[in-house]
Amino acid sequence: MTGPEGTVGDALSGVHGSLLHPRVFGFIGFGLALWLAVSGRRRYAARVRALSDRVTSLPRRLLPDARVRAGVYLAVLGFAIAYPLALNSYWQEVLVDQIGVYVLLALGLNVVVGFAGLLDLGYIAFYAIGAYSVAYWSGSLPVHPPFHLDPFYAIPLAIVAAMLAGVLLGTPTLRLRGDYLAIVTLGFGEIIQIAATNMQGITGGAPGVVGIPHFKFELFGVHYAWGLSNLPYYYLLLGFVVLVLFAFRSLEHSRVGRAWVAIREDEVAAESAGINVLKYKVMAFAIGASTSGFAGVLEGSKISYIEPADFTVQLSILILVLVIFGGMGSLPGAVVGAAVLQWLPQYLRVHPLLGFQQQDLYLYLGALLIVMMIFRPEGILPSRRREREIGLAEHGIGRADAVGGTSGPIA
Amino acid sequence: MCFTQNFWNFLVSGLADGFLYALVAIGYTLVYGVLQLINFAHSEVFMSGGFASLFILQAAIGSSQPHGIASVGFVALGVVGGGIGGALVAYLLERVAYRPLRRRNAPRLAFLISAIGASYFLYNLAGKEFGRNALEIPSPFVNGPVFTIFGATVQTYYIVIAIAAMAMLVLVDRVVAMTKLGKGIRAVAQDAETASLMGVNIDRVIAQTFVLGGLLGGAAGFLFGLNAGVVYTMGFTPALKAFTAAVLGGIGNIRGAMLGGLLLGIAENLPVGCVGTQWRDVVAFGILVVVLIFRPRGILGEQLGRAA
Repeated sequence: MTGPEGTVGDALSGVHGSLLHPRVFGFIGFGLALWLAVSGRRRYAARVRALSDRVTSLPRRLLPDARVRAGVYLAVLGFAIAYPLALNSYWQEVLVDQIGVYVLLALGLNVVVGFAGLLDLGYIAFYAIGAYSVAYWSGSLPVHPPFHLDPFYAIPLAIVAAMLAGVLLGTPTLRLRGDYLAIVTLGFGEIIQIAATNMQGITGGAPGVVGIPHFKFELFGVHYAWGLSNLPYYYLLLGFVVLVLFAFRSLEHSRVGRAWVAIREDEVAAESAGINVLKYKVMAFAIGASTSGFAGVLEGSKISYIEPADFTVQLSILILVLVIFGGMGSLPGAVVGAAVLQWLPQYLRVHPLLGFQQQDLYLYLGALLIVMMIFRPEGILPSRRREREIGLAEHGIGRADAVGGTSGPIA
Repeated sequence: MCFTQNFWNFLVSGLADGFLYALVAIGYTLVYGVLQLINFAHSEVFMSGGFASLFILQAAIGSSQPHGIASVGFVALGVVGGGIGGALVAYLLERVAYRPLRRRNAPRLAFLISAIGASYFLYNLAGKEFGRNALEIPSPFVNGPVFTIFGATVQTYYIVIAIAAMAMLVLVDRVVAMTKLGKGIRAVAQDAETASLMGVNIDRVIAQTFVLGGLLGGAAGFLFGLNAGVVYTMGFTPALKAFTAAVLGGIGNIRGAMLGGLLLGIAENLPVGCVGTQWRDVVAFGILVVVLIFRPRGILGEQLGRAA
């Protein structure tokens, strides 16, 4: 009764076994090194930042020509089409369930956090809404729909449901200061998960829903059915990601995208320039929500099994980390960030020497977030405009996000 | 009918929860006052307090069962130990996750993200080092019914919480109102730039504010852990509710945080008889959303900080 593995004779064995573990000193050493690097010597921080700048601006310096860049993008696309054919089924599954879906989720959250500068911590709730909608329309839930639909045709309905949820949540809450928005969305994510767990008559409760059918469609005599294999889902996902990339890219450079930039740089100035701030914020929220909803439909139908425990707040945070790591407001950043950070744990997990445990993932991601915010807040592949905004904000010009509060410098 | 049944029982447990929320809420409100930022990692200050008091009491009590005056001593030891554990983590948090960004005048989003990162780092570190199962704090007193009020039994545990919390709440109220430290906190909250021109060392005041909030949060972690046990994820829900309480009372306002905590504790417990315990958290978050939409400045209004 004296500790995790303690005995009466040795009252402090729990302390010896856990508090005095060599790893603890490793972490403390790491923390101290970080502390020395940032608080004692500002020039170390500057040097680290300059070095990482030089490495990550390589693609921009090497690819100044738009045609060269288009060629590179095509080559990347070709690689994305051909490479999975050479993988074994384990890595194909990782590619769909862990990488592809999260690339899509990161792209959607990038619109909310990166483009509009709003911190959404309940993003996974819309994913849940998409997954439960497809379960509903295919008749897998205890409540039955007016007519059954194949999951493929339920996609638009599920997207609309997620978008509606985004608008309904966003319209009252997006009037709030940005830091309050973060808390409300966090609470919303919790409510959705608790509701899914406890409303057994509607959602099937904690055990979840089984037997959601796979996609299939019959159109103009063409018939295709997705089954258990991963690759067809991968190509569907790839197609959607490319579509979303094009759509978001043109949005970014449209009137809407410029309104988002104005809002995140200075909300009051944007408002007085005649921009309907609330409308554009809700729009960003709804676009993010519908992307998340589609990812939920696809994953729900592919795995054909969903449970409330899939939709934890941790996942919302994970997707936020993907976006920040890649570079807020940068589309290539979101794709690369999500792909790298989702692939790495899988690789480390199967690597025999490193002893990486999946349950410690968030330990490292948390540390990564702090280090990124100190040394490289703009991400590994930053959007040029975002990078400049952050630099200007640090000199007291503009705010670089719509989080709000007083506009002056912090203490 | 369901509302009046067991009304007094739910009121008593609601008050006990409310005292804990009030203690944690003050940590949010103090930091918000001086930085205008939500300290997302305050939940881990709470958790650290729970673990610190667990280890101290394990070493101090062992397998014996204290009675009488010894119980009072061990409760005090737990409160102080939890408080120091929480304060230590809060101080480190300020140094590692906040100060470097403050020096650089980083955008506000960066602070929130860095605090979220610190929170995830800390609670998963605790899970890795101390195990992922709930651990029981050795009880410093014999829990049992002490008296009944309108048919509701009041347990020793509730009395311990009420006395310890009230003492700390009065103390922090006086500290902020009367001491030099309190004057510094209020000066920085009103206008940081002017305060620094008047010779207030802003960095030191901010660190002291984190430590003060950490003391209360850590002690609350101990009081919470006495009943519910200590586990690495214990901070998340109570801290989210404590934040709700701080907003409910008016963020930046210390007495508002106390009032908000008590009100929230009661408000989320009273409907339990009607909707069941599993919906208690939903009631609390529902209150948060409603308050933010209809009265975002809270019941007593934002006071400590610049009205933003």
